[in-house]
Amino acid sequence: MPETVISAQNLDLTFETNDGPVHALKDITLDIAEGEFVSLIGPSGCGKTTLLRVIADLEQPTGGTVSINGMTPEQARLARAYGYVFQQAALLPWRTIEDNVALPLEVMGLDSATRQSRIKSNLELVNLAGFEKKFPWQLSGGMQQRASIARALAVEPDMLLMDEPFGALDEIVRDHLNEQLLKLWAKTKKTVVFVTHSIPEAVFLSTKIVVMSPRPGRIHEIIDCDLGADRPLDIRETPEFLKIAHQVREGLKAGHSYDE
Amino acid sequence: MNGETFLKDKVLPIGTMVLAIIAIWYLAAVFLNAPFERDQAERAGTTISFSEILPRTMAQERPVLPAPHQVFTELWDTTVGKSITSKRSLVYHSWITLSSTLLGFLMGTVLGVALAVGIVHFQTLDRSLMPWIITSQTIPILAIAPMIIVVLNAVGISGLLPKATISMYLSFFPIAVGMTKGLRSPEVMHLDLMRTYSASASQTFWKLRLPAAVPFLVTSMKVAISIALVGAIVGELPTGAVAGLGARLLAGSYYGQTVQIWSALLMAAALAGILVSLVDVIGSRVNRRMGVKPA
Repeated sequence: MPETVISAQNLDLTFETNDGPVHALKDITLDIAEGEFVSLIGPSGCGKTTLLRVIADLEQPTGGTVSINGMTPEQARLARAYGYVFQQAALLPWRTIEDNVALPLEVMGLDSATRQSRIKSNLELVNLAGFEKKFPWQLSGGMQQRASIARALAVEPDMLLMDEPFGALDEIVRDHLNEQLLKLWAKTKKTVVFVTHSIPEAVFLSTKIVVMSPRPGRIHEIIDCDLGADRPLDIRETPEFLKIAHQVREGLKAGHSYDE
Repeated sequence: MNGETFLKDKVLPIGTMVLAIIAIWYLAAVFLNAPFERDQAERAGTTISFSEILPRTMAQERPVLPAPHQVFTELWDTTVGKSITSKRSLVYHSWITLSSTLLGFLMGTVLGVALAVGIVHFQTLDRSLMPWIITSQTIPILAIAPMIIVVLNAVGISGLLPKATISMYLSFFPIAVGMTKGLRSPEVMHLDLMRTYSASASQTFWKLRLPAAVPFLVTSMKVAISIALVGAIVGELPTGAVAGLGARLLAGSYYGQTVQIWSALLMAAALAGILVSLVDVIGSRVNRRMGVKPA
């Protein structure tokens, strides 16, 4: 039995806004084991990004607890236990690709030799070797997002938190990056928490799919999804895949009335 | 870029404008200077034809509006024609003005950046300083410039520094405002990113806020250096018109030397143009090194 790395207990989060309180998360209880690839899926407003941001200590819950390897989210953040990938690549436009990857390493105070070796290995990992000296605008959207994944991995975190990383990309690029991410995950054995609103993406990538529903944001259903380690893109045509996709779709439907 | 596009894109439009301005200038000179010639003729009891007036309007000693060639002759005489150490050399006076412009611009930039850094990092400073910074610019510089000179003189500071202080007083403002905006320009996502790295405030400043502010700084420096020049010229007026372009303007107006005024004006304009282009060139160099996509 692999060890639990992320454990959320009865998590609540209410935002105070000018239009009154917004109940973003309600009674979230979720355990994520080491090496798992967990997708959070749901319609917009279901709190999937908020949940990820709570784990990352970018939001403070108003109730309940989160523990990450026995630490609070803040301790985990200070220990740089996770790498965070945003919806956009969020590369600094004035830094070259290698300097962008170097950014967290500079913040950590690593020496130049360590920085260089980590830049090299992580850019190779995302197939961006040879683009070190390019500026972000010289790269396509998909390449920029790969660079931002390399930047997150360069910290050598235990886990990756990804907030709809491929949401802004077209489907062809997205398919390609999904395949690459799966290989990356198999290679690095990191725990991944992945926010998405694409059902095929969630089923293709995950070992566990957390279906969430909005107003208030809560967990509707947790679906296990084990399609085996070797998953070519074609797997999306198989009955097993379609069965899980169907289950996710039913879960989303049950948790959320679209007439609201 | 090849020579042809340079000719077509730069020389042709700019040259056309220059020629048009000179033509309008000549017309205006004839129109404005002609009444004096008519008065002269009337006083002498003679009549004067337009063909006689025309050449005279361009050679008056104290014309209402000197003709372009008079100004350019004066410019030539007082720059190339005089030793630069001479008090009658426009190069000498330009240097006096330039030195206090540059010193004031430097001081203004340092002050503006320092204020912006404080305003961005401390909310108290944002609330307490910003209104004063804005108020400072609503006071007419012509009113406050003599006060600065007098006060600084009273504490034994004279010469370059009081004039530079007036330049600083004008030029810190665009820097402070532009830099504040620039330091606040990073997106929330980039700030979150630094937070996920548990970056300290100073790391966030040096690695994110400051580089993000550089384009804003370059733009506000362009504004600041030209008003620093205005400040230096204004600062020369109450000092008794000893030296500098401002002194030339003041002396020229005392003695009705319009040719001298216009040549000092043109010199000031040329100086401003050179300074702004210089900041522009340095700025685009910096931008290119920082990976800004070429236009």
